[in-house]
Amino acid sequence: MNGPTRKGERTPGKGHGSVTTYLAGLGFAIVLTLASFWAAGTSAVWGPAVPILLAALAIGQMGVHVVFFFHISSGPGDANNFLALVFGIFVVGLVVFGSILIMANLDANMVPMDKLMKMQR
Amino acid sequence: MSLADHLTAPVEDDEDRTPYSERGPAPIDVVAGFGFWLFLLSDIVMFSALFAAYAVLADHTAGGPDGVKLFNRGYVLIETMCLLFSSFTCGMCSLAIERRSAPATYLWAAVTFALGAAFLGLELSEFSRMIAEDAGPTRSAFLSAFFTLVGTHGLHVTLGLLWFVSMMAQVATLGFRPIVVRRLLCLTLFWHALDIVWIGVFTIVYLGARW
Amino acid sequence: MFGKLSWDAIPFDQPIPMAASLGVILVIAAIGLLVLWKGWTRYLWDEWITSVDHKRLGVMYALLALVMLIRGFIDALMMRSQLAMAAGGAEGYLPPEHYNQIFSAHGTIMIFFVAMPFVIGLMNFAVPLQLGIRDVAFPVLNSVSFWLTASGVLLVNLSLVLGSFARTGWLVYPPLSELAYSPDVGVDYYLWALQISGVGTLLTGINFTTTILKLRAPGMGYGRMPIFCWTALSSNLLIVAAFPILTATFAMLLLDRYLGFHFFTTDAGGHAMMYINLIWAWGHPEVYILILPAFGVFSEVISTFSGKPLFGYRSMVAATLGICVLSFMVWLHHFFTMGSGADVNAFFGVMTMIIAVPTGVKVFNWLFTLYGGRVRFSSPLLWSLGFMCTFVIGGMTGVLLSIPPADFVLHNSLFLVAHFHNVIIGGVLFGAFAGYVYWFPKAFGFTLDERLGKAAFWCWLVGFYLAFMPLYALGLMGATRRMQHYHETGWQPLMLVAMAGALVILAGIVLTGLQLYVSIRTRAARIDRTGDPWNGRTLEWSIASPPPPWNFSVLPRVRGTDAYWGMKQAGKEAAAQEPEWQDIHLPRSTPIGVVLAFFATVAGFAMIWHIWWLAIAGIAGLTVTSLAHAWRVDNEITVPARQIAEYERRRRRR
Repeated sequence: MNGPTRKGERTPGKGHGSVTTYLAGLGFAIVLTLASFWAAGTSAVWGPAVPILLAALAIGQMGVHVVFFFHISSGPGDANNFLALVFGIFVVGLVVFGSILIMANLDANMVPMDKLMKMQR
Repeated sequence: MSLADHLTAPVEDDEDRTPYSERGPAPIDVVAGFGFWLFLLSDIVMFSALFAAYAVLADHTAGGPDGVKLFNRGYVLIETMCLLFSSFTCGMCSLAIERRSAPATYLWAAVTFALGAAFLGLELSEFSRMIAEDAGPTRSAFLSAFFTLVGTHGLHVTLGLLWFVSMMAQVATLGFRPIVVRRLLCLTLFWHALDIVWIGVFTIVYLGARW
Repeated sequence: MFGKLSWDAIPFDQPIPMAASLGVILVIAAIGLLVLWKGWTRYLWDEWITSVDHKRLGVMYALLALVMLIRGFIDALMMRSQLAMAAGGAEGYLPPEHYNQIFSAHGTIMIFFVAMPFVIGLMNFAVPLQLGIRDVAFPVLNSVSFWLTASGVLLVNLSLVLGSFARTGWLVYPPLSELAYSPDVGVDYYLWALQISGVGTLLTGINFTTTILKLRAPGMGYGRMPIFCWTALSSNLLIVAAFPILTATFAMLLLDRYLGFHFFTTDAGGHAMMYINLIWAWGHPEVYILILPAFGVFSEVISTFSGKPLFGYRSMVAATLGICVLSFMVWLHHFFTMGSGADVNAFFGVMTMIIAVPTGVKVFNWLFTLYGGRVRFSSPLLWSLGFMCTFVIGGMTGVLLSIPPADFVLHNSLFLVAHFHNVIIGGVLFGAFAGYVYWFPKAFGFTLDERLGKAAFWCWLVGFYLAFMPLYALGLMGATRRMQHYHETGWQPLMLVAMAGALVILAGIVLTGLQLYVSIRTRAARIDRTGDPWNGRTLEWSIASPPPPWNFSVLPRVRGTDAYWGMKQAGKEAAAQEPEWQDIHLPRSTPIGVVLAFFATVAGFAMIWHIWWLAIAGIAGLTVTSLAHAWRVDNEITVPARQIAEYERRRRRR
C-alpha cells in the first residue's frame, strides 16, 4: 500500500542532485562566506549598513544550502517540505526577533541602577 | 541536464492526474525523509532560542572580555571553510550512496569525517584558549551564552561524526539495504543542516562582534 | 559514591509525604504481586510493554493520565483544605515549604502528566483509525515516546519519597530556581523529568505530523480528512515548533545550576527576565497543543450525536490553522506586568483578542451543527454541551485579562487561576472525557455504563462551578495565587464554597473510577457487536471493536468527508464480493522503548543526585541500546492473507 503511485513526490536531499549541483552550491557558498568576512572588516561599506549586509549574505547562503544541498524546491512534489520550512522560518523569526524586541523594551524600562539600590532599604 | 534545467524542470509527468494528497500512503523513503526534515526544523527552532539568548546577552559582559577582544576572524574563516567543504564532500558521499558504491561511500565519508574533526579540533582549541585566559563560560552571561550556542553546535557535530562511524559500520556489515540507505540519507541531511546553523553562528557571533 | 544522596533524603520528619509514599509503595507492590501471582507478566510484556501498536500505546497513555489525575487532584484537595482553614491568624496544617511543593507539583503533574498524555493518548488511538491506515509513520519511536513520558512520571513521583520537589511554581522561574536560592534537588527533579519526557513529546509531534501529512488512505485528500485529524495536525505542528524552545530554556537553567553558567543568575550579567520570555514562548503554544485536539473531539462527538455533518468544515479547518499560527504571536500576555512598556503590551493584548475570534467561529459551527439535528443526549454529548458553556466563560475571562491595564490588577491573582482552570478543565479535560467515553467501545469492544457516566459528568460540571466561580470573585477582591494563608477573614466563606466544589469533583472522579469498574464487570450486557455503537461517520467505526492489529484488512478508498457515513449511505459496507486479501506487514514489537526509558531514568536520577558515575553508566546504556537496535534487521512480522481472510469471514458471520 505504500505505493509507487506517489511518483514524483520528493523527500529532502534525495535524488535530483549531481556533482554539478553540489559544486555550484559550494562555489556560491564560498563566495558568500568570503563576502561576509570582507564586509565585516571593511570600511568601504557605510557602518550602520554592515549588519544588514551580513544578514542578507547569511540568508543568501542558507538559501544556497537549502536549494543546492537539500534540493528543496517550491514544486508540487515538494509542497509539504516547503511549507514545513516556511513554518519553521516563521517560528524562528518570531522567537529571535520577538525576544530581541521584548528584551530591548524591558531593558529600556528598567529602573536605573542607582534608584534601584536606593529602594533596598 | 544543465544547472538551469535542474532548477526549472517540472515534476515528472505521469498519467495519474490525482493530486498527491489523494494517492494513499506515501512510500517509506518519503515518510522517513519528511519526518527527519521535521526533526531538523525542530532542532533549528532549538538553536533559535539559543541565538535569541545570545543576542540578548551579547553585551552582558559583567566587566569581563567581549567578543571583539576574544575572537580571531582568520581562525573562524578556516573553521568555516572546513565545515563548508565537509558539506560538499558529504554531498559527494550522497551520490556514492545513490550509486551503491561502497568504496566511494567510505572514501567520501572519511574525508567528511576528517574535515568535521578538523573543525572540532579548531573549536576545542579555541575554547581551551579562552578558558585559560579567564574567559570561560562562568565569567559572564555573554560568555555563558557564547559557549552554550557554539558548544551546542559543536556537540551536534560530534554526534554527527559518531553517527558517520556507526553508519560506515552498518554499510560494512549490512550493506546498502533500504533501511541503511534511509539512515544514510538522514545523516547527510543532518550534516548539511549543521552547516546552515554554522552560517548563523559565524555571522551573528563572530562577525557580529565588531558592530 | 552516592553524590548528594543519603538517608537524609527520605522525609522521615514529614508525616504527609511519608504516609503518601508508603501508600503508593504498597499499592504498587500489591499490583506487582497480583500480576506475578496471576501469571500475567508474559502477556503484559509481549502485548503491552513492548507493543508498538498505536492502539495499545493510546490506551497506556490514557491510563497514565488517569492515574496521575488522582495524584494531581490529591494535591488540589490539600490546597483547597489548607485555604479553607488558614484565614485570619490561622496557619492551616501545611507549612509553607511543603505548600509550595504542593502547588508546584500540582501544576507540573496536571499539565505535563495528565493533560498532555490524555490528549496524546486520544490522538494515538484515533488518528490512524480515522485516516484509514495501519499505524503511525514511526511505530517504534511512538513506543519510545510513551516510555520516556513514563520515565518523567516516575522521576516526579520519586521526589515524594526521596528528597523534595521544586518550591518555585510549575514553571520554575529564576532567580528563585537558581542554585543560590533553591540549592536542593527539587528543581533538578523537575528539570530532568521534563527534559526526558520532552524528548518523548517532540518525537510524538514529528511522528503524527508525518503520519497525517504523508500517510492517509487512498482518496483522502486534505478536504476529506476528519476534523479531529486536522486539529491533531495543528497540535503536533505546534509541538514540533514549540517544544525545542522548552528544551533549550531548561538546558540553560541546568547549565546555570550544574556548571555555574550565568544565563539567569542575579550576578555576572544574568537576565532572569529572559527566562520568562522564552519559557512563555513555549508556554502559550503549549496550551493550544492541549486544547486543539479537544476541539477536534467535540467536533466529532457533536456531529455524530446530532446525526449531521459538521457545519462549516472549511471554516473549521481555517479557524484551526489560524489558531495554530496565531498561538505563536500572543505569548507576552503572560507577563504584561514585567515592564515591556505600553506599545509592546498593546500589540500582544490586541493579538490575544484576535485569537479569540477563530475559537468563536468554532463555537458557532458547533451550535449550527446541533441545530436541526436529531440530538442524542449521550454522555459524550453532555461533556460537549458542558464544554461549550464553560469554555466560553473561560475564554471571555481570558479576553478580559488580555487588556493590559486590567491584567495589571489581576495578574497572578485567583482570577487568573480561575480563568486557566476554567479553560483547561472546561476545555481540555471535558474533551478528554468525551473522547474517552466516545472511543472506549472501539478500544475494548463494549460501551461504558451510561448512567454512571452521566452522574460523573454532572458532578464534574457542578463541582467545577462551585470550585472556581468563587475564585473569580476572590481574585477581584485581591486574593493572590500560591498563598499558603491569608488575613482577610471575609474571604473564608468563598474558600469554603471552593472546597465544597472540590469535594463534588472528587465524587465525579470516584464515579468515573466506579464507571470503569462496573462497566468491566457487566460488560456482557453492552458488547459492541457491529463496531459502530454510535452510528458513526468516520472510518474507525467501519472496523470491528476492538480492531485487529492491522486495523483495516483492505485500506478503504475514500470518496468524501465523513467517509464511513458516505459508505453506509451508498450501501457499500456489506460488499457482496470478497476482495482479494493480501499479506500484511506489521512492525514487530520491541523492548527498546522501555529499555531506553529505563536508562534515561537512571541517568536522570543520577544527575539529580550528582552521582556522576551512574549518570555516565545511564548514558552508556542509552548508547549501547540504540546501537543494538540499529542492527536489528528482523523488524516486521507478516500476517498471511489466509489469516486475514479467516478473520474477515468470522467477522461477517457475527
